[in-house]
Parts: sequence; structure tokens; C-alpha cells
Amino acid sequence: MTGVERIEATFRQAAAANRAAFMPYHAMGYPNRAATIEVIRTLSENGADLFEIGIPHSDPLADGPTIQTATYLALTQGTTVKDCLAMVRELRAAGVTQPFCAMTYYNPLFAYGVDRFVADAVAAGIDGLIVPDLPPEEAEQLESACRKAGLATIYLLAPTSTDERIRFVASHATGFIYLVSVTGITGARTDLPPDLAAFVGRVRKATNLPLAVGFGIGTGAQARAVAQIADGVIVGSALVKAAGSPDGISAVAALGKEPPPPGAAPGHHPVRWCPPP
Amino acid sequence: MTAGQSKAVTAKVNYAAYPDEAGHFGPYGGKFVPETLMPALEELEEVYLKSKLDKEFQAELEYLLRTFVGRPTPITYAERLTEHFGGPRIYIKREDLAHTGAHKINNALGQALLMKRKMKKTRIVAETGAGQHGVATATVAAKLGIECVVYMGTVDMARQQPNVYRMKLLGTEMRGVESGSKTLKDAINEAIRDWVTNVRNTHYLLGSALGPHPYPAMVRDFQSVIGRESLRQMLDPSIGPGRLPDAVVACVGGGSNAIGMFHPFLEYETVRLIGVEAGGRGITGGEHAARFADPKMGRLGVLQGTKSYVLQDDDGQIALTHSISAGLDYASIGPEHAWLRDQGRTEYTYATDEEALEGVRLLSQYEGIIPALESAHAVAHLVKLAPQMGRDQILLVNLSGRGDKDLATIMKELGEL
Repeated sequence: MTGVERIEATFRQAAAANRAAFMPYHAMGYPNRAATIEVIRTLSENGADLFEIGIPHSDPLADGPTIQTATYLALTQGTTVKDCLAMVRELRAAGVTQPFCAMTYYNPLFAYGVDRFVADAVAAGIDGLIVPDLPPEEAEQLESACRKAGLATIYLLAPTSTDERIRFVASHATGFIYLVSVTGITGARTDLPPDLAAFVGRVRKATNLPLAVGFGIGTGAQARAVAQIADGVIVGSALVKAAGSPDGISAVAALGKEPPPPGAAPGHHPVRWCPPP
Repeated sequence: MTAGQSKAVTAKVNYAAYPDEAGHFGPYGGKFVPETLMPALEELEEVYLKSKLDKEFQAELEYLLRTFVGRPTPITYAERLTEHFGGPRIYIKREDLAHTGAHKINNALGQALLMKRKMKKTRIVAETGAGQHGVATATVAAKLGIECVVYMGTVDMARQQPNVYRMKLLGTEMRGVESGSKTLKDAINEAIRDWVTNVRNTHYLLGSALGPHPYPAMVRDFQSVIGRESLRQMLDPSIGPGRLPDAVVACVGGGSNAIGMFHPFLEYETVRLIGVEAGGRGITGGEHAARFADPKMGRLGVLQGTKSYVLQDDDGQIALTHSISAGLDYASIGPEHAWLRDQGRTEYTYATDEEALEGVRLLSQYEGIIPALESAHAVAHLVKLAPQMGRDQILLVNLSGRGDKDLATIMKELGEL
């Protein structure tokens, strides 16, 4: 199976179970290499359907303070792109089977060499790429390499995207589309934006691809609310914060074990909450 | 000098045709930004292109440049400096005499007016390194009645304290940036994050010929008033030499004063156009901001929305730069400079911190003009360039700003005089 096919299958399985996919983000190399492996393994046993793995960059201009601090620490500890690929190989060897989507900025990837990166990413066990500062207009080389390798090119759409841009970006996307819940940067927020459902609805009209919502989702209640309207729920900063807390792994596991809301089927993970018929 | 030398030589490249519609200068430029900003860039491009043909807008801009900024700024014949070097006749374009003391206001005024008249936005964010762009932005925001927030690295705030106070006095909210190297690059990151968050009501008033399309082209166009005036003044025998210069020199951080000066001269292929980067403590130690001078660290890359030469490590992480001048202390360079260099139309060299300080001393003591540390890099290059040129030749230097803001740094470095 190609990366695109593995990602598609993941969303199909979640949909068949009448739930949204739980898509945790973790910053590779944070708080250190061993802990990164442990965090992702813990999440893989606690309901994760698909992982976003952040390859650190010195200038993460789409990220808020939590992920900035985490990736900066990872970099100061010497985490390189090669190290991140090695961690992916280690996770695969340890039996983590969920799809991995690498999230990084364009310059580390460009410096590594676009074609070489795609080849090495596939070999390591990466299934898709998310590059927030690379709109389709600038992604010709990367798209062509990804098409050949079966790697998904996952683009972002924002509440500010016009209907015309939504159609344009969707026509370049494979795997799923990443909907940015708010105009802003990554980081947990107290409230979901009121226009989120309308935004998801606008994108639905333009594409059949699965839609995952991220940015600002930090609690079980928010995750459940998003799960009602989207195919996937991306949780980043809240998990990164948990992973860096003194409780570390147990805090990450606890976040994945938040009790389901009243009425949900027993044993269901918060974001595996079944919407009412 | 014959009149014939002043005629435009047919250029091999149609420089006016760049950037292309997607904002590319050959392999450079483009739009590398989060999706949230793409619609804002499209809107900005549309209003900017329309404004170029909008007579009413251009007339208002021209009026404000004349009556508020004090344009045209003069060119000054540097008689004693010319004698000192014993080489070409040296003329200085006096952007230090523009309101707020640097060229930055040309672009700040242009963009702020564009926002005020053509866009439904009410708030401006800007970054600043030396503080000159921040002061210029704070100034036009006060003049036009626009809410303004300026981001500035805390290292830069410490070395440019008078400008920090100026911005506050002008009613602007200052936000110190503690991330990364706490200098210009980090201030841009933070300004972009603010812009992404508040894009519906906020315009990002980027201060250099950098960033995603249409900024490099738009900033160039607003700064080209420098080159247009210089061209006219040089050709006017009652002000200048009555002919084209043989060489034009400007300092290059992001490159807005240089591109503004160079662009109107591009089609005159006999005129050498020389940009001077910040050599910091020298190239070999890596403590500099000379993107073209360091083949190890200066490579093609993407930083803050545009593809250009970027100082970076092997893993694509952006290098920490150093320059005595906060305004040149930046890891990348405007994409049009990279492209013009490839065309062989412009050339680039560098001056070290020490050489720049010598430039400050020279211009102060021979011409009675205290230059900004940024501009002093251009002056410093004359020490090398003038001896290579003949007495019958003409040299034009863009003095992008005045040095008052740098007195604390200069006093520390030069010590007792």
C-alpha cells in the first residue's frame, strides 16, 4: 500500500465505526529522543489513528509558543532531519502501524533535497507531508516527487480561504485536507470559533477528501465538538505540553483517556465519540 | 563627458517585466506563506497593481512625499571626500534628510496610504531591526490615524533605545520579541504570526524588499523614488555632474534602499550597481550577514515567504547572523537582488563592522554628515572602490539614513576621540 492508500484506509475505518479519527501531533526530539519514541508509542496504544510528526525548524512562523518552545529545544539538542527519519524507522520497528504525516517547513526539506527527502521519507515509513508555508502554487517539484512515491500532499485551508481557493487547493490535495480552525497560529484555545461548522461545510461542497480540523483544540470537549462535523481531529499543543510536563508519559496517556461524555458508547476514546443518529 | 554617455543603452533584459505574475524573479521570490494569508496577499496584489495606475492615489502619495517627507532629498557633492581619495567625483544621495532620518518612510507612507485608501483594514503591524522602519511606520500611522503595533527583537531594542522611545512617543505599541536571536528575523516571525491571527483587519507593513509576493515588487516601487530622483539630479548640471554616474553604491540588508536606488538605473547598462552587505566580524568565522559572500552558509533557500539566498546550516536551519548595524543583520536578501546578480547586472561585496566604523568616521569628518551604521557600509566600500576609478569618473552613494540612532554603539566602539 502507498502512503496515500494507508491514510485513506485510516479515514475509511474511522468513518465505518461512525467516529472521527484522532490525529495527535508530536514534535520530534521533544523533550528528548527517548521520550519522543515513548510518547508516540503510548498514543499509538491509546486511540491514535494517524500521527503528525513535527520536524523542527528554526523559524516556525505558523506555530504558537508551545510548539515554538518544543521545537527550539529539540533543535538545541541537535535534532536533525535525518534524526527524525531515524526515529520514524525505530517506531515502525517497534510496531507502530498508524500512518505518519511529517509536518515541517519548506526550508529544511528544500535543503535536504526535495526528491531525496521524499525517497528517504517513504523508506523510513512516512505516508504524507504537511508543509504549512508551501501553498500548491510553489509545490510543483514536491507534488511530482510525492505522486511518484505515493506520498500524500496534505494542504491546509483556512477560514479566510475563498471558495475559489478551496477548489484550487483541494484539486492538489491527496490523503486528507487540513482545516485550520482559526485565523492564527497553533496553540490550545479556550473556545472553538463559532464559524467553524460553516467553514467545514464550505470545504465539503468542494471535495470528497476527508477533512481534519486542527489549531486550537486542547480539551476533550472541544475534540468531541469537532468530531461532530469533521472526519479527523488534530491535537497538537495540548499533547506537546503534556509530554513536556513533569508527569510526561502518564499525562499524555491521561489526555487520551479522558472519560467519554454521557451517552457515549463505553470504551470509546473521547474523539471516538459517536455522534447521535 | 559627452551627452551621448547619458543616453540609455538598450538593455539585454527587460527588467520591468519582473517579477512574473506569480511573483517570481527567475528562480527567486514567490509566495511561501501559510494558507490563511494567501487571500490577503491576493487582495494586496490587486490593490497595489491598481494603485500604480490610479492617478488620484499617485497624486496624493506624491503630495505627501513632498510636503510631509520633504522630498526630493538632495544629492550632495562630497568635495573633501573626493579630494581625500583622489579618485572619482563622489555624490551622495541624502536619504538621511528624509523625515524620520532614513529612506524607510518612502515605503511606509506608500503602504499605509494604500491601506487607508484602498483596503478595508484598520490596523498595521510592522517589524523593525534598526528601528528606522518602525519609526517610519509609527510616524505615518500617526499622520494617517491608524492603529499600529511594532515588533522588535529585544537585542535590537537594547542597541536602538532612542528609536524605541520615538515609536512609543508617536503612539505606537512596542512589542519586544524574545525568541531566537531576538533580532530582525525574529521580529518578522512575530509580526507574521500577528498578521495570520488578525489578517481580517490588519495589514502587515513589511519594511524591506523581502517576503512573499507582492512585497518585494511593491516595496521596490515605493522606494524607486530614490533612484528616479537621483537619475534626474545627476543629469541636471545645476545640481549634479550633468551625466550618469559610472558606479552607484548602496548597503544591502533586505535590500530596499539598494533596489530603490538601483531599479531606475537598471536599463543604463554602463552604470555599475554595487550592493554592500554586512561582513560583521569577517566571513570565515560565520559572524556576519553577507549572504552572497559565504558559499558555505549562503545558499538558495526559503525564509519568511520568499525564495532567495539564505544563510543556513546543512540541515536548512536559519543561521544566526551578526552585524554592528541592526538594519543589515538579516539572514536573507531580497529576491530581486539575487536575480539581478545572476543576470550580471548588479554586483555585491561586503564591509566588516570595523570598516563600517571607519566609514562613519570618514563621512563625519570629511563631509559633516554622520551616517547610520547601515549606510556606513556603503561609505566604507569607497575606500576600496575609489582607488580603482579615474578622476574623470563619477560615483554615487546612497546614504540611506542618518547616524543619530547609532551614537551609543559608535561611542562604545570608537571610544575617546
